[in-house]
Amino acid sequence: MADKLPPTPKLDELEKGPWPSFVSEIKMAAKSSLASQDLLGLLERSYNEKIGHWKHGGIVGVLGYGGGVIGRYCDLPAEFPNVSHFHTVRVNQPAGWYYKTDALRKICDIWEKRGSGLTNMHGSTGDIILLGTRTDELEPIFAELTAIGFDLGGSGSDVRTPSCCLGKSRCEWACYDTMALTHDLTQSFQDELHRPAFPYKFKFKMSGCPNDCVASVARADISIIGTWRDNIRVNQDAVLEYTKNGLNIQKEVIAFCPGKCMEWDGKQLDIDNSTCRRCMHCINVMPKALRPGKDTGATVLIGSKAPIIEGALLSSVLIPFWKPVAPYTDLKDLMGRIWEIWCEEGKNRERIGEFIQRMGMGNFLETIGVEPIPEMVAHPRENPYVFYEEYLVEDDEEEGQDKN
Amino acid sequence: MPEPTRKRVTDIGPPHYEQFLPPAIKENYGKWLYHEFVKPGVLMHVSESGAKLFTVRAGGSRLMSIQKIRMICDLADKYCGGYLRFTSRHNIEFMFTDPTQIDPLIADLAKIGHPVGGTGRSITSIVHTQGWVHCHSAATDASGIVKSVMDGVIEHFTHSDLPAKCRIALACCLNMCGAVHCSDIAILGIHRRPPKIDHANLKKTCEIPNVSASCPTAAIRPGTVDGMPSVVVEEDRCMFCANCYTVCPSMKLNDPLNDGVSIWVGGKVSNARHEPMFSKLAIPYLPNNPPRWPEVTDAIINIINVWKGHARKNERLGEWIERIGWPRFFQMTGIQFEKLHIDDFKHAGLTFKRSAHLMF
Repeated sequence: MADKLPPTPKLDELEKGPWPSFVSEIKMAAKSSLASQDLLGLLERSYNEKIGHWKHGGIVGVLGYGGGVIGRYCDLPAEFPNVSHFHTVRVNQPAGWYYKTDALRKICDIWEKRGSGLTNMHGSTGDIILLGTRTDELEPIFAELTAIGFDLGGSGSDVRTPSCCLGKSRCEWACYDTMALTHDLTQSFQDELHRPAFPYKFKFKMSGCPNDCVASVARADISIIGTWRDNIRVNQDAVLEYTKNGLNIQKEVIAFCPGKCMEWDGKQLDIDNSTCRRCMHCINVMPKALRPGKDTGATVLIGSKAPIIEGALLSSVLIPFWKPVAPYTDLKDLMGRIWEIWCEEGKNRERIGEFIQRMGMGNFLETIGVEPIPEMVAHPRENPYVFYEEYLVEDDEEEGQDKN
Repeated sequence: MPEPTRKRVTDIGPPHYEQFLPPAIKENYGKWLYHEFVKPGVLMHVSESGAKLFTVRAGGSRLMSIQKIRMICDLADKYCGGYLRFTSRHNIEFMFTDPTQIDPLIADLAKIGHPVGGTGRSITSIVHTQGWVHCHSAATDASGIVKSVMDGVIEHFTHSDLPAKCRIALACCLNMCGAVHCSDIAILGIHRRPPKIDHANLKKTCEIPNVSASCPTAAIRPGTVDGMPSVVVEEDRCMFCANCYTVCPSMKLNDPLNDGVSIWVGGKVSNARHEPMFSKLAIPYLPNNPPRWPEVTDAIINIINVWKGHARKNERLGEWIERIGWPRFFQMTGIQFEKLHIDDFKHAGLTFKRSAHLMF
């Protein structure tokens, strides 16, 4: 098949240079895949015409699931028949993206037989993406994937495949077991993940510390970010060792401390933990000398999203400090209450963050039974347009009694 | 359709991660004490037990063939007992306990075209979307720009030579599947013309109330065009977000003449030092110029060089800009500030300079 590769002078330019080339990857796949051959031709055409050639996805999937497959059809099926269908299969990754090679090879074998041979390792949400297959291959792919212990991920208006940083598996900063929580939530929410029943997508991302290596604060509807309540653990000898090796503590550490809670007298690093903001900077710079405290847990934040529709949002604090303890019933119960009101009153394609903005955070908290606390706001409201709910009625028997 | 009597396996979820953890990781799970950078792309994690684990991080293209995955598996079999992992930014990580394996592995990776780096004060692989390879709403390609930019900045991948880490991300339209809006440098595909409405098919393919409701500026209302029920767009109010196209294929925004790329800077997600920040508009429009988008690549290299030349150690791009101020950012990078840089969506006033704190 290799001799049938279409001419691709524009794409060939992207095989030059030191960074791994996706064009070379497509060409490798094209040696044994007609779909990848046609993809090369179609992509070259896009490069010439400066426009994509894919149509909106139709509704395709596997029996009993509403998510996990993204339908994709080419708008030039007569010229590129082997990509007339080019559906994406999302395969739920193991937490932390660890693999044994035998498992990966089995996925490759399925995809060689039943798809384009092209993948994304991984998609933005975290799934293994199998890129490009035909509708009649979907059921066999699903049967073969489940036979080797893999399942589909989320797509559409459902729980999207939860993902996490590698947490305690290889990071000394992990303040809770991100992989355990991610696996547990994924298993607990299989129905919500495979059968879209929400107003829109709902993402969970678990980061083990405030460095937030999976960008949960920017793109997860529920961002669970590890933190600690007690004091930063300091090894003064190791601090001194850093300074002997050329670290300028004043300039590189203290000057950047957002809580202005550190002092260095040349021998001893003093930290006022009561105003430490748990930002991680000093720990990042001196990993051998400083460690998060021992009373660890997580901050749970809610509502981040990209701009569509009402503008981008960062997640905001819902629970300042949560102790993740399996089976995490408290968190799951809270999710149930959040989904109940969102499913009842959310508009089509309204993410939870936008929904909260529309109904008001105060009203939302009341509905889900969470007390408002100052940790949830950067500052109290600045505008006096207050929806007062309580008032007094004249001649009430008990004077001063609030009416609600 | 499967036979009704056949036992169907569903909802098994992903395999448990534990079976994929290398023995050294299993033994030291939750016991890690500290880590060091051995050299760019190589980490050493030390456990409370004294055990040491070495990680070699190789850059990968997100779009990968099964042939390449098998080559990578061969290396993991050769060096790591058959274990490997991927990072959230498409890098491939090889972990083992014998430091003498580091250099032979790096040499083998070079043979299959994968550089090692992306740790510490560096640029690591670019998170991106599908672009023209697989998406209907792409305003630009993703993989092509990413490849071109990474070719141009690879020295900052293989060397840890920047003031701080620099996270670049690309989304090929405003849907931002990659959620690029909190990146040090975000490359964003953009449309610049209102939808071209296919009135003949709209009623057949879309629900008119949904199309109306999809518009953030309420520019779309139901209307009858040439006797056909359809929608009418108040074009002055359209800011080309393409949300209507997402819900309705008959509202096409893709336009080869006007689609292009915008560049955003100064975002971050980490809580370290400064709180998380959105990226801000640096360059409103650069043309789609395949196959290598030289305007985009040059613009990014310029921004990185100016930041590298002037920022203090540990200052990420956005933190540096916050210290020196936006006027100086525009002056130093030579980027022209224009009307389009001033926000005019909801709460735009919050982004105006509301004090006399200015630098001259």
